[in-house]
Amino acid sequence: MVPQLSWYLALSAVLFTIGVVGVMVKRNVIAMFMCIELMLNAVNLTFVAFSSFFRDLSGQLFVFIVMTVAAAEAAVGLGIIIAVFRNRESLDVDDASSLKL
Amino acid sequence: MLRYIIFAPLLGAVINWFIGRRLRNERFIGIVACASVGISTILAFYLAFNSSGALGSQQPIMDHLWTWIQVGKFRADFALAMDRLSGIYALFVTFVGFLIHVFATGYMHGDRGYYRFFAYLNLFMFAMLTLVLADNFLLMFVGWEGVGLCSYLLIGYYIDKQEAAPAAKKAFIANRVGDWGFVLGLMLVFFMTGSISFFDKPSLGVSSALTAIGSMTPDLFTWHAIFAGGITSVAVLLFIGATGKSAQIPLFVWLPDAMAGPTPVSALIHAATMVTAGVYMVVRCNAIFTHAPTAMFIVAIIGAATALFAATIGIAQNDIKKVLAYSTISQLGYMFLACGVGAFVAAIFHVMTHAFFKAQLFLGSGSVIHGMHHEQDMRRMGGLRKYMPITWITMCAGWLAICGVPIFAGFFSKDEILWKTWSANSFLPAGFNKALWFVGAVTALLTAIYMTRLMVMTFWSGERFHGAGAELDHDDHGKHGHEPVASHQPHESPLSMTIPLIVLAILSTIGGLVGVPYALSSLAGGHPANYFERTLEPVVAHSNEASTTGEATSGVHWLSPPPQQVDSKPAFGPAHESAGTEHATTAGELNRERLFTLISVTIALAGIVIGWLMFQRKPLRQMPRLLENKYYVDEAYDAAIINPIHVVSREGLWKIFDVGVIDGFLHTLGRTIVDLGQTFRYMQLGMVRGYAAIILAGALIIIGYFAYHGAQMLMK
Repeated sequence: MVPQLSWYLALSAVLFTIGVVGVMVKRNVIAMFMCIELMLNAVNLTFVAFSSFFRDLSGQLFVFIVMTVAAAEAAVGLGIIIAVFRNRESLDVDDASSLKL
Repeated sequence: MLRYIIFAPLLGAVINWFIGRRLRNERFIGIVACASVGISTILAFYLAFNSSGALGSQQPIMDHLWTWIQVGKFRADFALAMDRLSGIYALFVTFVGFLIHVFATGYMHGDRGYYRFFAYLNLFMFAMLTLVLADNFLLMFVGWEGVGLCSYLLIGYYIDKQEAAPAAKKAFIANRVGDWGFVLGLMLVFFMTGSISFFDKPSLGVSSALTAIGSMTPDLFTWHAIFAGGITSVAVLLFIGATGKSAQIPLFVWLPDAMAGPTPVSALIHAATMVTAGVYMVVRCNAIFTHAPTAMFIVAIIGAATALFAATIGIAQNDIKKVLAYSTISQLGYMFLACGVGAFVAAIFHVMTHAFFKAQLFLGSGSVIHGMHHEQDMRRMGGLRKYMPITWITMCAGWLAICGVPIFAGFFSKDEILWKTWSANSFLPAGFNKALWFVGAVTALLTAIYMTRLMVMTFWSGERFHGAGAELDHDDHGKHGHEPVASHQPHESPLSMTIPLIVLAILSTIGGLVGVPYALSSLAGGHPANYFERTLEPVVAHSNEASTTGEATSGVHWLSPPPQQVDSKPAFGPAHESAGTEHATTAGELNRERLFTLISVTIALAGIVIGWLMFQRKPLRQMPRLLENKYYVDEAYDAAIINPIHVVSREGLWKIFDVGVIDGFLHTLGRTIVDLGQTFRYMQLGMVRGYAAIILAGALIIIGYFAYHGAQMLMK
């Protein structure tokens, strides 16, 4: 059985939805962060899938960009998380609701 | 060189405003002010009378400074021109202005705003000379507005005086109404001719608007022509401007109130120079007016009506300056009457002699007011000839001049206006100019009566300043920063005030001799010419020409008789003009003119005698209340125009439009934005997951939109 494009897309949609729900539901910053990464990778999967099925390399190019940006984002995000944790001694996002440290 | 005439006073104003206010040295300020006007005077005389001077040559002296505005066909230069008309104006404006400046150095002595006063006064000279010497309508309008501004500033000069500020405002607003006409007229001139210049300037490619209109077909004498947008409309609009500036019916009300300013200002601005700007403009545009019989008719009617109306009011006023103010309005009416019957030269002649004798009378009254410690009510004067002999004698010259006693200046000009009015070949129903003459004659009689009343109440009759006036005096004292003087004895004024009085008195006496009509001078033998008429003839000549061409089309010749042709060389101007034409005056006409001269002398003397008999014994005679209250014109204007405007402004514009519409709109707008903000505030709770939810919702909406459309596309 040859894999169809729709399989990849379906998997990607499932992963993305899990990511969205995770961001909505989780209160732990680290967990939310991981969910965001999950969403990004779900999108990456669709890019790669389309690229492979349409024989077009530009989709994979986008994936590299997304991964670079995700790495930068992870670095900045983790820095912020550490700063917040040092001030509040908590990783609960609902504690950090006053728009300042 | 012409430019220095106008810029010298401007420089004086700048120096006085910036340096004079620091120094506060009366001598310095006075010298700067007088010297700057003195320079203008000398230059004006040099330019007018030198071998190729403006009064002698056909070509005006031009001075092109720069091109001011050039847009498409429209071109306005900042350029000055002195031809015979503006030359005569410049001469008496600078000379009388200089004398009044000298007078003011004495009159304003000790005033706190000395530097301010002279800065304004110099600025006024700058604006007035710009008005007179401008070579196009727009620059003239700059001067026109400039004199209006200075008039406003100087009427409101006594900032601590109750009535000064409203009087200044009134003058300014009344002038605005007139300016509306002037500006529309200006635009219409440009619309009709494509030029706003007074003169042809071939080197600059500018042609004269006046010549262009002069070569058009004259309008017919119909009321319809006023609104037709043709020459008559231009003339009427320009005349509306003139009624504002020159205080004619219906805009004359500001001039009597303008007497709240210092007396030298009244003499300079509100008697001798600025108020005659309207006459100047009408004469300058005589080519327009002679082509608009309806407008001429209106000018004549308004002039005659104003002359009579103001004279009757003047007879019942008790404030010495108010009498002179109404007298000025009345004399201005005379000038417009002359313009209206086409006697432009006579009008300018009267402007000049009036500048002499009215400036003299105003300065004399200033001297009296000064000597009486700022008392202006004639009921508290009397018998002053003992205390102020120089003022008395010089004022007698002005008095006899305005009454029209022979030899004095006013006699010749007034007599000429009356004669030209009578002899004008009117386009109107027969006898109409005779009616105008009658109005003029009655006005002359009234003029003699009220001026005699003024002189009697001031200089003759009993001394009334000791008793009843004494306690009333106290609240008037110290008003203008003058310390109350212990003694109420009137005193003669200092030399700086009496010398201008004497010079002006001499001019009031002999100044009319430049324009002695042929009918009179020929009595003395020889071949004398009317110098004044000769000089000005070229300025109005083209209009006479045009009117004869107009005669062919409209079939009426309705201008006053052309200048009398005599068999002598003209004083100024080319010789060929003196070649006799068919207008040669017949002996019968000459005799008739002499008869009319006799009549006007009789009228003047009768007026003086009546005035003397009425007021010598009873100087405080009660005058008719209607006249004393100026026919309730101010009250009528209040009720008919000012109050409705007040009410509409307060009830309509303020309470409904401003509060309701404008404020209401802004308040509603503000409240809506505050409410919106209150709503959106709940989106910003600071909860990270909340923001994530909003982003999700947004994303879902966009995806849903595209999915929906995509589905519809597929369905088709």
